[in-house]
Parts: sequence; C-alpha cells; structure tokens
Amino acid sequence: MSRIQSTFDTLKSQHKKALVPYITAGDPHPKWTVELMHTLVKHGADMIELGVPFSDPMADGPVIQRASERALVHKMGLRKVLEMVGEFRKTDAHTPIVLMGYANPIEAMGIAQFTQLSKQMGVDGVLTVDYPPEECGAFNQALSAAGIDSIFLLSPTTEPARTDLIAQQATGFLYYVSLKGVTGAANLDIEEVKKRVAEIKTKTHLPIGVGFGVKDAATAKSVAAIADAVVVGSRMVLTIEASNEDNLIENVSKLMQELRTAIDAS
Amino acid sequence: MQVYDMPDARGHFGQFGGVFVAETLVEALEELRLMYEKYRHDPEFLAEFAYDLKHFVGRPSPIYHAKRLSDKIGGAQIYLKREDLNHTGAHKVNNTIGQALLAKRMGKPRVIAETGAGQHGVATATIAARLGLECVVYMGAEDVKRQAPNVFRMKLLGATVVPVESGSKTLKDALNEAMRDWVTNISDTFYIIGTVAGPHPYPMMVRDFQSVIGIEAKDQMIEMLGRQPDAIVACVGGGSNAMGIFYPYIDVPNVRLIGVEAAGHGLETGMHAAPLTANSPVGVLHGNRTYLMQDADGNIIETHSVSAGLDYPGVGPEHAWLKDIKRAEYVAITDDEAMAAFHQLCRTEGIIPALESSHALAYAEKLAKTMPKDQVILVNLSGRGDKDINTVAKLANITL
Ligand SMILES: Cc1ncc(COP(=O)(O)O)c(C=O)c1O
Repeated sequence: MSRIQSTFDTLKSQHKKALVPYITAGDPHPKWTVELMHTLVKHGADMIELGVPFSDPMADGPVIQRASERALVHKMGLRKVLEMVGEFRKTDAHTPIVLMGYANPIEAMGIAQFTQLSKQMGVDGVLTVDYPPEECGAFNQALSAAGIDSIFLLSPTTEPARTDLIAQQATGFLYYVSLKGVTGAANLDIEEVKKRVAEIKTKTHLPIGVGFGVKDAATAKSVAAIADAVVVGSRMVLTIEASNEDNLIENVSKLMQELRTAIDAS
Repeated sequence: MQVYDMPDARGHFGQFGGVFVAETLVEALEELRLMYEKYRHDPEFLAEFAYDLKHFVGRPSPIYHAKRLSDKIGGAQIYLKREDLNHTGAHKVNNTIGQALLAKRMGKPRVIAETGAGQHGVATATIAARLGLECVVYMGAEDVKRQAPNVFRMKLLGATVVPVESGSKTLKDALNEAMRDWVTNISDTFYIIGTVAGPHPYPMMVRDFQSVIGIEAKDQMIEMLGRQPDAIVACVGGGSNAMGIFYPYIDVPNVRLIGVEAAGHGLETGMHAAPLTANSPVGVLHGNRTYLMQDADGNIIETHSVSAGLDYPGVGPEHAWLKDIKRAEYVAITDDEAMAAFHQLCRTEGIIPALESSHALAYAEKLAKTMPKDQVILVNLSGRGDKDINTVAKLANITL
C-alpha cells in the first residue's frame, strides 16, 4: 500500500482530516528546506507538498512565483529537490511527500531518470500542473511502474465526463482547485466547493484534497468539514516570505498549530 | 502528391504542439476549439473577416520589387510582401481581427493580449476599440521601456497596459501573466494570443488567420512574374508572420522556405533568441511542446535580441515540425547584421522596416548574393519601423 493511501486510511479511522502544507523547495534558501519539512510534520502536517521551482510557473499566483524566484537565485533545480527529499527521508520514513511542479524540468531530466530518482529518494506522489491526462500517458505508466502516485487537479470548470477520465488515471488522492484562478487568488466559495466535492465523491473512492484558496484557519476549518485533505500553499509561503532567519521556524510552527487546531475542531 | 495536413485533432505536429495546460484552462480551450471548428469554414464568418481585411486593414498588401536594393547587392531579385502597409503597421492585425470576430460570436465582452514589441498589443487594442470590447494588454516591463510609442498608442486606443515585473520582464512573462488573467476571468474573457504558440487551437488558428499573406502572395507572384519565388524569407519570433506566408506554399515544390531567428550578440555568446538554429532541446512551455532555450534544470533562460518581437525563448510548434521534416530551413541573424539591413532599406528604397523584419532582410541579402540575377527571393516585410526609432537612435547615441 502506498504511503499516501495508508496515511488517508489511518486518518479516516481516527475521524481526522489531512493537513497538507505546501512549500517551495529552496525558499527562502536551500539550507532551510529540510528543517522546514520536519517542522511542518512536527506541528501537524500529514503530508507535504513540495514545490519544484520553475522559471515560468503559469498556474501560480505572484506569491508562489516569488518563492520560485527566491529558490532559483540559489540554482535550486529538480535534482537538488530530489536530494532534499532523500535527506528528509533519513529521519522521517512515514510522511508522504508529493512533488508539485511543471513538465519542463521533468522532461529536461528525462522521465526514466526522474521516476527512478524519485523512487530512490522516497517521493510518494507527483502532481505535474501542465500535464493533463491526455498528454502524459507514458509518464503515468512510468510513475505507476515505480509505485509513485499520479496526482491530478480537478477545477470548478471540469466537466463531468472529464472528471471520470481524470478519476480513472489518478491514484493517491484527487486535488480539487477551489476557485477559478491561480494559486493564492480570491476567497473560495465554500458552498460551491461543498457541492462540487460531493459530485466528485460520486465518481471516485479516492480521497479529495481541496486547495488554492485556503487563506486562514477559519477557511481551513470549513474546508476540513467537506474534504479529506486541506492544502495550504500561498498562506504558508507568505509566512515564509515575511520571516527572517531568526523567526522563520517559529512563525511557520505557529501557523501550522493554528491550522491543525482549526482542522481538528471541524 | 502528399497533401500537408497538420496538426492532428489534438493539435499535435508530430511530437510538437498539444495542450499542456493546468486543468483550470482545459475547458476554456475546449470551448475555443469547438467554436473555431464551427466558424473556420463558415461562409458568413469568413466573409466578415475578408471584409475587415479589405476595408479596415487595407488588404491585399502589395508586393514590391526592391530593385535598387537588388541591383546594389548584385544577385537574386528581392521582392517585399508589404505587411508594413497594413493598418497598425504590421502583420499582427490579420490575426487579431480573426480572433476578435470569434470573441464577438462567443459573446465575450473583454479581450486580453500579451505583447512584446507592442505591435500585437496595438493591433488588439485597435480591433477592441472598433468592436467596443474592453481590452487589457500585458507587456514585460523591459519592453514597456523599449517600445514607449506603442504603449502610448495602446492607451490612446482605450486599452489598459499592464507592465509585467516578473521573470525576465519580456514577452514570455507577459504571456504567463495573460494566461493567469485568463484562468481567473474565463467566463467573460477571450485571450487573443499574438503568435503561433500557446496550446491548441492557437498555433493552428493564428496560422490560418495569417495565411492570408501567403494566399495573396501566390496570386500576386503569378500576376507580376508568371511564377513563384525561388525562396521565401521571413523572420521568426513565435513564428506567425513566417507561418502566414509559408503555409500556403508548403505543398508547392521548389520554393525554399527560410525562417530567420534572432542571433542577438551571436549564437556563440549564448545571448540570442534562436532555439531552432542553436539546436535547443525539446521542452514544454506556454501550453505546447517545442524547441526551447533552457538550462540543464529545465528552467527557461533569458533571451536577447535588439528587436523585442523576436525576444522569445521558444518557437511555434509547427516551425519545430517543419524543421524536423526539413520542409523549412532556419538560420539566424545578429543584432548588428539586422541593423545594417535596416539602414540599407531606409536609404535605398525609402522604406523604414521593423527591426524584426530587418532580420529577414539581412538574410535575404546574404542569400541573394549566392543566387543568379534571374532568381527571386520574396521577403515578408512583417512590419514598419516607426516603433523602433527610439531603439535605433539610442544605439547611435542620439536623444530624440
Ligand atoms: C513587425 C513584427 N514582425 C515580426 C514579429 C515576430 O512575431 P512572429 O514571429 O509571430 O511573426 C513581430 C512581433 O511583435 C513584429 O512586430
């Protein structure tokens, strides 16, 4: 059983929802990334979404794009991201790691090498933002052969027939984008999200994560009431951006505690 | 004879093209694909498009024999397809009219565009003004500085110009930003892409709208000379003016098709915008798979060209395909060579060409020298150079 699946199974048996923070690898500096990952876990992360920096993050808003730019200053490429996962795995063998990024860095490395290294370093799932199911058949097969989950996005505009197609190819969990727009955009409409998540649930047994608009503890709480996982991206990155070397770990810990408490109270 | 029939139903030109976008954009592209399928052969739509090209743009654009230039070079005869004479001063308007008419039929009250040199932005602002559509143009902050006159023109036409401060602050970043606007405002917004790049159906649709250039040229060459040219030369940024003139000629034998990329400071310096000529690797950017200038980590690298319109790290997927099947050839011209051709055309023919088009001219001059006097080169003069006078003056240390 994959680490992602067993994490969701365990949470379900405890009647809990998953808290999935997103950070961009190498932000604010590569020396912090592994420590930040352990900090996230210590304060309640059930799974970590680790962003692979990219020069042209088209689906991301300004906050996450700035994180990419900060990481790229330090030449934070895909190979180094994978090494960081390996480093993290030395002391954490159970928290699932999902890489989130764009197709070009993966193609530049080569699909075979990417899947082999991902497996070796302990990556559990991969979400490639600009690989819709029609364009990534070979990639999906390679991931599946390596026992790595293929995570796909569903959006408010995804038609029912397409939801079926995506649900068939997805493993691990499905990621519902809770608003029309880029990461970190406007506030999400919780009633609308609730309706869509219910519809998706009729088509798949996979857990549903919701993200792209979770701005604070209150939103996290209301999302936790209707989904299996709450993904918090831009809000995490904003906290990292606003911190300095002395209070980075403290600020991230505090935010995680707030989110965890809110989600567990839902 | 084999008939060229690209792309496939999902927008692939062999391994190139396709739809590489986030799920948030998939339905919008599907809607666009279906609408374009519906209208691309619709007589009423085509008649309206043809009417605007004739009465609003001033088509057909003439073909002009640059006789003094040809004599001076002393080789093949150089003919110019005068896209610089179009309303708004470049080929870009052919495409913006096509897409704006589609936007109108789709009931979208707002159009957005990315622009490099500003020509596509001006052409979009122009047609938006005429059709009463709200218009927002994204432009790299670097290009806003280089192309100040075009920024002012867009504002005069009622458009909002948004300077893009992210990344390299040029065309590719403007495209990223326009895509972000589009996913956020999908229900009321039509994204008018300015070149044969982006996800399907854009490369095909922009090519189709621009192919009026080659369709006219085919008739005009017969009228003027009773034959087709030996070679066609066009500059390639994303590749829309080149596809426009190449496409109707793909199945015509014995016509060489030559795309000219920007070699910037020289291919060997790495400071260029010539992914095809420099044999850049294949990658995925802006919704399609193509040859892409990138580093070992797969990040897109900064490009350089004196002409903002050629300053793009990728190239339309159909050019990647035409290169691979060897139907078209691709070469590159440096900033200095383009500048020399710019001045030469000004003084020998009384035509101020765009710096983009000057790349095509510079290569045509090189090529002409190697060909006999009775052979013919047709250059797509994609635009006029009024927008570039500040850049040219600055290079000569003149303050206007
Ligand atoms: C006059 C002119 N020619 C050429 C180009 C390059 O674009 P494309 O390669 O799509 O024709 C531009 C782009 O701004 C332009 O303004």
